[in-house]
This record gives sequence, C-alpha cells and structure tokens, in this order.
Amino acid sequence: MRKEIGIIFILLSIVALLGGLFFGSVCAFQFVFPDFFELLPFFKNRPLHVSFVVSWIFLSAVGGIYYYLPKYCELSLFSRKMAVIHIWFFVITGILIIGSYLFGKFGGREYWEFPAILAIPIFISWLLFGINYFKTVVKKVGQWPVYLWMWATGICFFLFTFTEAYLWIFPYFRDNLILDLTVQWKAYGALVGSWNMLVYGTAIFVMERVKGDGGVAKSKLAFLMYFLGLFNLMFGWAHHIYIVPTAPWIRYLSYAVSMTELLILAKIMWDWKSSLKEAKKDFYFLPYRFLVASEIWIFLNIVLAILISIPAINIYTHGTHITVAHAMGSTIGINTMILLSSVLFIISDVTKYEFSKKEKKTIRIGFWITNVSLLIFWLCLILAGAEKGKLTIENQLPFQVIMEKINPYLVSFAIAGLGVFIGLLLTTALPLLTIINYLRKK
Amino acid sequence: MINKTLANFIMSGNLKRVIFWSLVLLFITNTAIIYCSGSDYDFGKAFLTEDSKKGKLLFQEYNCISCHQLYGLGGYMGADLTNVISTAGKGKTYAKSFISYGTERMPNFHLNQDQIKALLAYLTYVDKTGISPVINFEVKWDGTIMQKESR
Repeated sequence: MRKEIGIIFILLSIVALLGGLFFGSVCAFQFVFPDFFELLPFFKNRPLHVSFVVSWIFLSAVGGIYYYLPKYCELSLFSRKMAVIHIWFFVITGILIIGSYLFGKFGGREYWEFPAILAIPIFISWLLFGINYFKTVVKKVGQWPVYLWMWATGICFFLFTFTEAYLWIFPYFRDNLILDLTVQWKAYGALVGSWNMLVYGTAIFVMERVKGDGGVAKSKLAFLMYFLGLFNLMFGWAHHIYIVPTAPWIRYLSYAVSMTELLILAKIMWDWKSSLKEAKKDFYFLPYRFLVASEIWIFLNIVLAILISIPAINIYTHGTHITVAHAMGSTIGINTMILLSSVLFIISDVTKYEFSKKEKKTIRIGFWITNVSLLIFWLCLILAGAEKGKLTIENQLPFQVIMEKINPYLVSFAIAGLGVFIGLLLTTALPLLTIINYLRKK
Repeated sequence: MINKTLANFIMSGNLKRVIFWSLVLLFITNTAIIYCSGSDYDFGKAFLTEDSKKGKLLFQEYNCISCHQLYGLGGYMGADLTNVISTAGKGKTYAKSFISYGTERMPNFHLNQDQIKALLAYLTYVDKTGISPVINFEVKWDGTIMQKESR
C-alpha cells in the first residue's frame, strides 16, 4: 500500500462510482414508484447517491494526482505517510457518513447531508492532502504547467468553500434565510468550480500524455482558460439563486460572468484532437475515446448552461428537472468521462496489462450503452423540466397535477438511468478486476 | 487576434502571479461584502422567533431538503415550501396535516406537537422572506426580469 497509494484511491473511486450508480438508480425508480425499495426511503437514498458520486469524483481526481506527480512530473511525494493517513481518514469518515444516513442522522444541508461534526475529519484529510501537494510541487515553483496550477487552485478552494458551507452553524448566518441561502450557494458554486479545477487539470494532463506533447499544458491558451475558469469559480455562482431576493448586484455580476470556462476547455480539446498523432491515439485508444465523449458532452452542456444562466429563461427552468439535467450532464457526461479516461490511462500504465480484443469490445459496448442512455436520460430531464416550468409559471397548476403530467418523462428517465448504470458497470468491471489482480500479485 | 494579444500579455513575466493574487483580492472583497450586506434583504425578520429557529434545525435534522425546495433549491420529490403558508387553498392547517401524518410519498416522522409547532413557525418565517416561484414578472431588454409582486 505504501507504494501504490494512487492506485488504492483509483480502486476505491470505482467502487464509489458503482455505489453512486446503484443508489442513483434506486432513487430514480422511487421517484416514479414511491413504494419501491421501502427498506431505504428516498430521503436516505438521495444523500447516499450524492455522497458516493462526489466521492467518485474526488477519489479518482486525487488518486490521479498522487499517481502522476511522482511518475510523470519528476516530483517525489513529500510524505507517503501523509497520503496513507489521508486515505484512512477518507475511508473511516466515509463509513461513518454511510452509517449516519442509514440510521437517519442528518445535518440536513443539501449535498453535505451528514451531521456537521463529520465535516472536521474531511477538512483535516484535505488539509493533509494540501500540505503534501504544496510541499511536493514547491520544488518546481515558477515552472508549473497549467495542470499544477489547476490542482493547487482546486485544493485551496475546496478548503475555503467547504469551510464556507459550514458557516450556517453560526446564528449570524443561520438566522437569516436569505443570507444563509446566498452564502450556501456561493460556497456550493465555487466548490463545484474547485472540483472542476481538479478534473479539468486531469483532462489536460491526460491529453498531454496521449498527445505526447508537453507544450499543451504550458500554452498561452491553456493559461488563459485557467484564469477564465478561476474568474468563473469566484464570481459566476449566483445563477443558482437568481430567484432568491438577495442584493440585485449579485445576480447581475453572475449573469455577466456567465459560463466561459467550458467554452475555452472545449476549444483546447478540439485543437488537440485535430493534431493528434495516430500512433499515440491507437496506443491510448480507450482513454482517447472517453476524452472525445467528454468533448461532446461539454458542447451539449455549454448550450444548456448558457441558456439557463439567462434570467428570463432561468425563471422557467429554476427548480425544475432541467437543473438536474445540467448537473447530471456535467457530472456524468463531462467529469466521469474525463476521469474514466484518467483511470484507464493509469490502469494500463501501472499494470502494463493490455486488454484483449474481447475485453476491449466489452468496454466499448459499455461506453456506447452509457452514452446513448445518458443522452436519453438527459433529454427526458430537459423535457420534464420544460413541461414543469411551463405548467408552474403559465398554467399555475398545483405540484401534484404537474408531477402526474410529467410522469411519462420520469419513467423514461428512470429506465435510461438504469442503462447508464449497466453501461458504466460494463465499462468499469474489467478495469476494477485488473487493479484487484494487480494488487493481489503485489 | 485579440485572444493572441491577451494570451501574450498573460504569459509575460510574473503576470500570472499578479493576475492570480488580484483575483484572490477581489474574491475576498466580494465575499466580505456579501457576508456583511446579506442581512439587509431579510424581509421576514419580524417573524423570526425562537420557535422558527428551532424549526429550521428540525427541517435540517429530518433532511426535508432532500425532497422539498425553498426558493426552488432542494429536492424534486415534494413541493416547494417557500409560500406554503400563504398560498390560497393551503396554509397552516394544510401544512400541519402533512407534517403530522405524511402522505403516500412523504413518511410520517411521528413528530410531537412542539416539533410540529416549531416547523410551522419556521415555514411562516420563510413565507415572509419572499416569493417562489415568481409568477408575475416582466422581461427586460437585457434578459433580466423585474418581479411585479413583493412581500
């Protein structure tokens, strides 16, 4: 374990992804059949789904950083012991969080629904990771490629925004709903920006390896994109709370900042793809395929994100399933595709195992089932959300009537969600077994 | 062309660090203003009681937000509760019966009378802070909206 800390993170990340997909599928069916799987009611299931998916994103991104720094950046890790403590903190806190949900003990804040006390070990584990990261990369300060900047920013802003998300424990924030919601969504918006920094940094790293050209991560355009992303992370969060009666300038600022981060990334990836060398592409066939899929999802989500950040459209889409479509399109379509690309790159790199033709075919089928199902899933949510928005604002129908009218879309969404689960299970099963076999042999 | 010029400017010397720390400074200023001025917009302040404060903590303890929304933020299983107290045909009695007994979709949490009273006080406070969803609005030329009704 001492030598393979990054791989342990990757192994756990795949388990977390499969857990997130399982609970997510159950949630989707509970939406349309409230009696489904009564053993675990929706209000317990949803936080389990969210926590597992967030864990997948963080574990796979962090695992990649632990793996890439010593292997490819010529930066030996400052402290392996700290990394081991980091993973133990993560595992033990994770078990406590699952236990708290199963026993119905909640902190009740959206996304971080566990009791507030469990935020302390999470914060400490990230602090350890941050110290380890900065002590490692400080040796090359001044010559950092853009992904080192992005990972550094992701870590710092995670620590800040995670702390900010807990300001509600102070009565000054808690006892004023408008201030509380504003600070909560300021924190959440930037928190998503911080994990995007970790994920997009990983994307640039993998594309640099696949392309075999170190210039990508030091290009002017890459840094321009990084600063635009950072600007967005800091000031572009208020589209979540346009409807909350907070200070008007907060809404105007966010509207003006808009979603430029994904646009620039899409441009870089597009430029990169067009100049890709065929030989390298074949060697890294699977990571390449997932990066290409993420490009398509970036495009689809840019269109959606720009539309819903216009207040006149947001008034119809806010609080509807269109917001869910945006979140799912981003976490599965963009983040998961990029992170799977990184995971597959690491697995083939560390195990030197080359998947047989049959195994590659299984992963390829999984890839297609995932993407086609995700497209149906995404479109169903958009249609359900558009219908809900129209029926709420224009027809002013009661909630229950609206839910009955959009039920056919939600049934299709639940079935497509099951397709995403099956597709990703096919995609990740073999890589998961490959890591397990590798670690057993070690 | 503009992109290239801008990119060259960004890459020169220590400018990366200057831009980074300038953004951080702006971010800190923005954060401080939000923390200090947010309370100016609490129109429900007069309805903030000890019961409503307890109600908020109960709302979190029972993870109500996993199914319900306040200002369109939260889950999608149940209704937005922002104005459940003042909406025609709903109100306190309506909310109380849901909280007390649950529904086909909502579990019965077996709350005692004090807890129910606290939750209703919290929902009353929430109701006075604003309107959600916004039905009456006017779209302005720049894509922003003007709310026509207020609390």
